[in-house]
Amino acid sequence: MKAASRDDRVTYQQLVDRNRPARPVVANTIRAFVVGGGICVIGQVVQTVFVRFGHFSQTDAANPTVAVMIFLSVLFTSLGVYDRFAQWAGAGSAVPVTGFANTMAAAAIEHRSEGWVAGIGGNMFKLAGPVIVYGVVSAFVVAIVRFALTHL
Amino acid sequence: MSWTIFIWAFLVGGAICAVGQLIMDIGKLPPGNVMVILVVAGAILDGLGWYDPLVRFAGAGASVPITSFGNALVHGALAEASRHGWIGLITGIFEVTSAGVSAAIIFAFLASLVARPKG
Repeated sequence: MKAASRDDRVTYQQLVDRNRPARPVVANTIRAFVVGGGICVIGQVVQTVFVRFGHFSQTDAANPTVAVMIFLSVLFTSLGVYDRFAQWAGAGSAVPVTGFANTMAAAAIEHRSEGWVAGIGGNMFKLAGPVIVYGVVSAFVVAIVRFALTHL
Repeated sequence: MSWTIFIWAFLVGGAICAVGQLIMDIGKLPPGNVMVILVVAGAILDGLGWYDPLVRFAGAGASVPITSFGNALVHGALAEASRHGWIGLITGIFEVTSAGVSAAIIFAFLASLVARPKG
């Protein structure tokens, strides 16, 4: 049989596009809104507890709040709950900092069998790494511009 | 502080996640790319001075989504730079985000000691 011509490949791509189920964009967005909003409300409750009982100022309380949210996320990841929930919630569970911690814990747990260094150490940042790399690079550029504008 | 901050936290936090979902669905991008876009957006918004008002107004609604990571990186760099000059831009980047990054590394490591992979 002769190899697929260029035209055949184009038609095949069109066939794939036509038959692929459409993403339920509206339903996904509403779900992400509600779940993400819910996670932020939990964060706000934790933050309020730090302000009331830990005598943190409103802005200083953000850091311990993030640490607590990360702890909760890793706990639920260990129990195998977060990943199932994340498949349903989409960006609603991925965008909050809990999703960042989830990718790290899930990768560490998943690759443990490959050893302490190459397994846990080497894979923990496999998914979270890009966020840190581009976060730091963009923050550096933004900070330079900002600093230059205020000091020149 | 009044109870309305809980409503704003829900609305603003939900909106940031909804934007993430829209980028994912309409741009047909994997979640990792969306996180990168949001963290860079957070850094730029802080550069413009727009993220702080959002945090004051929406509390955890703005500080829990990953956009606040970019915002906190810029904050750390600028705070250190205002004390020590240019070198602070390098030394200060992780100053504010230390809590998040350290907590994530420590808890993820401990989790890998006790948990078994699921599914």
